Formats: sequence, structure tokens, C-alpha cells
Amino acid sequence: MDFAYILSRAVAQGLPLLYGSNGEILNEKSGNLNLGIPGIMISGGVAGIVGALIYENSVAEPNGMVGLIVSLLCSVACSLLLSLIYCFLTVTLRANQNVTGLAITIFGSGLGNFYGGAISTILGITNNSIPATAAAYKMPLVPFYDKLGAIGTIFFSHGFMFYLALIIAFVSWYVLKKTRTGLSLRAVGENPATADAAGINVTRYKYVATCLGGVIAGLGGLYYAIDYSNGLWDTQSFGDRGWLAVALVIFVVWKPNLAVLGAFLFGGLYIAEIFVPGLTSATKELFKMLPYLVTIVILITTSLMKKKENQPPESLGLPYFREER
Amino acid sequence: MSEAAIELRNITKRFGSVTANKNISMTVNKGEILSILGENGSGKTTLMNMLSGIYHPDEGQIFVSGREASIQSPKDAFEYKIGMIHQHFKLVDILTVTENVILGLKGEGKLSIKKSAAKIKEICDMYGFEIDPMKKIYEMSVSEKQTVEIIKVIYRGAEILILDEPTAVLTPKETENLFGILRNMRDAGKSIIIITHKLNEVLSLSDKVAVLRKGEYIGTVETKDATEQSLTEMMVGKKVSLNIERAEPHDCEKRLSLTNVSVTNKEGVQILKNVSFTAKSGEILGIAGIAGSGQKELLEAIAGLQHLKSGSIIYYDPKTGKEENLRDKTPLQIRDLGVRLSFVPEDRLGMGLVGSMGITDNMMLRSYKGGKGMFLHRKDPKDLADRIIKDLEVVTPGTDTPVRKLSGGNIQKVLVGREIAASPTVLMAAYPVRGLDINSSYTIYNLLNAQKEGGTAVIFVGEDLDVLIELCDRILVICHGQISGIVDGKKATKEGIGMLMTNLPEKTQEEEDAQ
Repeated sequence: MDFAYILSRAVAQGLPLLYGSNGEILNEKSGNLNLGIPGIMISGGVAGIVGALIYENSVAEPNGMVGLIVSLLCSVACSLLLSLIYCFLTVTLRANQNVTGLAITIFGSGLGNFYGGAISTILGITNNSIPATAAAYKMPLVPFYDKLGAIGTIFFSHGFMFYLALIIAFVSWYVLKKTRTGLSLRAVGENPATADAAGINVTRYKYVATCLGGVIAGLGGLYYAIDYSNGLWDTQSFGDRGWLAVALVIFVVWKPNLAVLGAFLFGGLYIAEIFVPGLTSATKELFKMLPYLVTIVILITTSLMKKKENQPPESLGLPYFREER
Repeated sequence: MSEAAIELRNITKRFGSVTANKNISMTVNKGEILSILGENGSGKTTLMNMLSGIYHPDEGQIFVSGREASIQSPKDAFEYKIGMIHQHFKLVDILTVTENVILGLKGEGKLSIKKSAAKIKEICDMYGFEIDPMKKIYEMSVSEKQTVEIIKVIYRGAEILILDEPTAVLTPKETENLFGILRNMRDAGKSIIIITHKLNEVLSLSDKVAVLRKGEYIGTVETKDATEQSLTEMMVGKKVSLNIERAEPHDCEKRLSLTNVSVTNKEGVQILKNVSFTAKSGEILGIAGIAGSGQKELLEAIAGLQHLKSGSIIYYDPKTGKEENLRDKTPLQIRDLGVRLSFVPEDRLGMGLVGSMGITDNMMLRSYKGGKGMFLHRKDPKDLADRIIKDLEVVTPGTDTPVRKLSGGNIQKVLVGREIAASPTVLMAAYPVRGLDINSSYTIYNLLNAQKEGGTAVIFVGEDLDVLIELCDRILVICHGQISGIVDGKKATKEGIGMLMTNLPEKTQEEEDAQ
């Protein structure tokens, strides 16, 4: 079997996870444990498809680039809206973060099911309904990648969203680690009272980080929806990628730079069953457990090591209210 | 020299129906240390929080360097060059000193840690701090963390420093260091406001003392004209006797005897080494020592919370006359024998009380097993809670108010009150007056004395040597986990105990064994 092909599939599988976990890292660094990320990913994906669909059906000769921009904007708008709802409930109204997040995920799955099931059937949507947009997403930025051998297949056969994910991960890492804004954000997630006393606007940081994180996670759904599945949404096949992205955050101990490697590893583990010969349907399911198993092992080892830097932000999941004592 | 740095005019602050500060006016000059003195809950911290922007006054004006200031947020306070060091440190544990210091400051987007670290080093050299700018906060001791807080406000260019009970968690040596630094800063022209309960500190450090009582401003006096007695009277509003009545111990019987107790901690370091002593009923046995010499572990060993490496703890049961070895018993069994630990740790809520529960429910933590059936019986604990509130003058809106909303001193009274209420045969109290004002402290001393009169063996771990000498019948001095001497409270001198606290006479151990 072509090893380079397997690895390039692992990278493709890893991309939604990379977007999702990168978004969740930004959320958690601000102290918001956003369990709505899986829902936001689904909604972001569905919104992108819908945008592209409406555009391609309303013009005679759809332009791929315009379709790309329309779907991107739709996805961002939808993720942003859900993130704002989450922020308003948890930051402004100080509602329980877990309950709020789960509600958003349930909403997102419902939206995905409704669109992917009933609507898609009625409208007769196939995996070739937005050909121009899908082609624009898939166009490799390095056209001569097939001349680069295995490296070309693994890393350069992907569309622009592969590079975007890497850029976002790098920028997130740089901002968190090296800039004043990043320091303030980390302080907000660790100890909002201290950040507040130091003159940092805790509410603003939480809103911005959470909304930005939500939008990034939504891009993961968008990649899956258009690039990976060609514009035909099926919540069943999207499966637990959203939760996997949340688990990945723990796996990479809240570091966006590690998330790149972690995502591709998880991507490989996620599809490992396809490439291992002689599996029955029962043993396949065992293989699917691998990413979760690895996460549990990491969780146990980091807890045992007790290294403070590898623990979740201290105020993760807690609302902040200045006048409480 | 006597230029006003801060002037408060007719400041009033209300929380709902409670008036925390009423019509307060005071002045702090440049190059001056002002102490603010008052009982627990007299509004000292509230007043200072208005200067640091956490609260906003309902009425009145604040003048900074002669100009009226409107301080709406901590950020505004920095702009007026006011820096406050809170009782609970505001530091992010996983960040380094430098990162904490520059947190929230404006500047280039990219961090230049090295440059900031160098500037911190400069400040350290100027005032005599000893700290590594790249050390993480979670690796630091309490006094180091406090130093970081002070560096933080100086780095921000503060001219006016407010310290809220800075010495409550420091050892005497660390306190002396801090005072040295504060004096340096005063000489450099900064103004310092310090909130404290400890009268000796007020007298040795400050230039002026302002006294608050129940939210009202009583007056400011020059420290050189004040005495402990006069300040206490201003604070309490009535004459109080600062002498502890020490009755002669009577009907002393052996109650608890420890033989060669050794304890090692998780890292394998020996905390207690061959500790042997006897506690008798009807007397107060004081334990003196530098903080961290093993006092906490000793009490925990008796209460069954520490595993003994060797040695035995024999308890003489007054009811049955039997001898029980506490070493084999669980903490619950030990408690049922009447051995009570009222431990007041650095973190008052960490051990003993549940912050989000009311006083009644906290009483029930000790008695919930006693009731019949599956339902809780609230009446007795409620009565007990009411009694403690009345006897110990706990200031609280009611028995159902979560205890974390009470002030530190009141929380302590609740804790000590509950342990005493169980009429123990052995009562262990560690730092029961830490953070308490003078009046509450004496209430606690009187309670301990009453327990002693009633035939309880009281073990009292204290930090104020004057109090130990006045209160205790015998004083056991501990040094590096070993007993360096047991002295008679009536004959002891501060100097003698101080010597024992720091030096371990080589002969002591043999003498102990010989006895």
C-alpha cells in the first residue's frame, strides 16, 4: 500500500481536528471550557455549504473563488453568532459553561441532522452540487506537488485550508507565548481576579478569545464539509470529530504548536482501521478507540507528573465576578 | 516634607443597609508611614479598597497630591500612583516574577522579558529585595510572593503603597526584613499605609496611627505619643485590661504522653525527631518555635492525621482510666475520645470549615453522625451557632450566611468556638488568634483559660512570645523538629525562649531521655 497516500489521508483527517482544537485552546486559555465547539464546527460547516449552494444555484456560471469567499463568510458568521451566544450566557450572565456549551453542541448536531437529512433529500443534493466552490477549495497551492515525491503527496497535495490551519496554529502559539496580549490572555484564564486588578479588561479578553476560537473551530467544520466531503453534509460521518478536537486540547497540553503534530497523529489513528488488513467490524471499533485511549493515557501521565505548566488553566470553567469574595 | 500625598474627606461607603465607612477624613503625607488600626470588621480594608479602585465611595472626596481624584478602577489607581498589596496575593501561579510584574502594563506588543527582568533587578538592588526575576510564583514561599507584590507596585511607579495586613503570614524574621524595606521606601519619599492588628508593629514602624472603630474615624495620633494601652482604648472604645489572668493549675493528671515520636513527610524528610513530652489536664502547654519547625505536624500526629514513623502517643482516658495508644486509631476514633484539634492554618477556610455553608451547617460537620434516622436535625446545631455568635461576638447577618462571606477574624471565632463547644479533654489550638484584633484575641485567651480551669489539657501553638509567656504554664520549644527545651511559663524570658528556638543544645536530647 502507498505509504505516502496513507500519510496524506492522515493529514487531511487531522485538519478539522487541528482547527477545532486550536479554537478550543484559545477558548480555554481565556478560562472558558467551551463544550459547544463540536456544535460550532458542525454549524460552521453546514453554513458554508448552504452559502456556496445558494450562490452556485443563483448564477449561471458560478466562479469558484466567489463561491469560496461566500462560503467562508457564511461559515464565519454562523460560528461567530454561536460563540457570541455562548459568551453572552457564560461571561455576561455567568451561566454554567458546561450546560451552555452542551446546549450549543446539541443545537449544532440538530442543525446538521436537519440539513443533512431532510433538507438535503428534498433538494436532492449530491456530492457534486457545488462543483466550482469545491474545486476552488481543493486546488493545491503547489501545483507541481506530484513532482516532489512522497513529501509532495503528504504535505502539498492539499488545498489552501491546510496552509491556513498551519498559519493559524503558528500565530496562536506566537501570540500566546511572545506577546503582551498573549500574556494578558493567559492571566485571564489562570486568575481573572489578578488580571482585573492589573487593569486587564477580563470581559473583553474572554469575548474576543472565545469568539475568535469559535470562528477557527468553525473553519474546521467548513474544511470537512466542502474540501473533505465535497459539499454533501452527513452528521453521522462527521461523527465525533468535534469531541476529538476537545480531547486533543488535553493531549497537546494547551499548546497550539503541539496541536499540529497531535492533530495529524490523531488523524492517522482515526483512520488506522482502514489501512490495517484483516479487521472484522468488531475489531475496527476497537481501533476507533485509539485517539481516546491515547488522550486518557496523556491525561493520567500529565496529572501524575504534576508539572504546573501542563495543567489546565486554573480558572477553567469558572465564571468571574469582580465583587464576589 | 509634610506635603499631603492623599487626603480623604468625609468618605462614606454603604453595602446595602450596612454602613462600612462613615464620614471618614484622614491625611497621609509624603515620606510617612501611617498605620490604620481597628478591630476586625471596622472598615479598614473597605476604606483602602476605595483608594485602590475596587470600590467606589458613596459620598466624599479623595484628593491625591492636592487634586481631587476619581478612582473608578484599579487601572485609575495606578494612574494616581497608588499601589495596593492585598491580603490575598494577586499573582498568577504559573507565570514568572517578571511576567507577573509586567502583566497588564502597556507597551510594545512583543514582550521583552529580558529588559523587564533587568529593570526588576534594579529595583531589587535599590531597596534590598532578594528575588530571582525568572522564578515561577508557585515555587515561592509566602514572603517571597509578598515581595513580588511590592516589586509589582514599585515597578508601576507607585508613590503611595497600601499594605493590607502584610505581616499576618510572615515569620518574625521576615517581618523585620519587610519593615526594613518599608523604612527604605519611606526615606525615598514614598507614602505607606499599613493595615495591621499587631500593636507592637504599629509602634515600631509607623509615624502616625489612624484608628477606626465600627466604620467610624476615631482619630490620628503621633506614634511617639502612643502606647499599646492608649491605642487599644481608642480602638475598642473602653478600657481593656491587657493582662491575661493565669490561674494556678490544679488537679493535674497525665492526659497525653508522647514518647520518641518521629514523623517524615512525603519527600522522606524528617519533620519530627524523637519528640517526647506529657500534656497534663488543667494546664496550658505552649509550643513555641520558628514557623515550620514541625508544630503543625506534631498536632496532626496527635490528631491522627500524620503517620508516625516511630514512637507512641498514649492517651489516659479520664472516664475509664484506661491507656489508649492513639497511634493505632483513626482520626474519628481519636476525636471521639475527646482529643480536639482546632487548627487555624494560613488558609482559614482550608481546614475545618466549608466556605459556602452557613454557621449552622458548619456546626453540623462535627455532629451529623449523631442524629437518628436519615434526616438532619438542625435544632441543636442552630442553638450552638447562636450561642457562639453571642458569646464570641461574631459579626454576621445570620446563621445561614456562608462563612466565607464573614471577615477572617469572625471565621476564626466560629472555628475555635465549635471545637471548644464539644467540651474536649485535650484541646489543641494552633495560631488561634492569627489575624484577630486585640479584643477578639483576648476573648480567645479567656476561652482557653476557661477550658484549662475546667480540667482540659490545652496545647497552644503561638507565635507571640509575650502571649506564650503570659498564658502558658509550661512552654515547649521546638527547633528543627526536635524539642530544644521545656520551660516554666512563670520563669521563662523572651530571650531564653528565643535562644532555644534557634539553637538545639546538644545535651537536651540526652537529658530528655534520662528523665
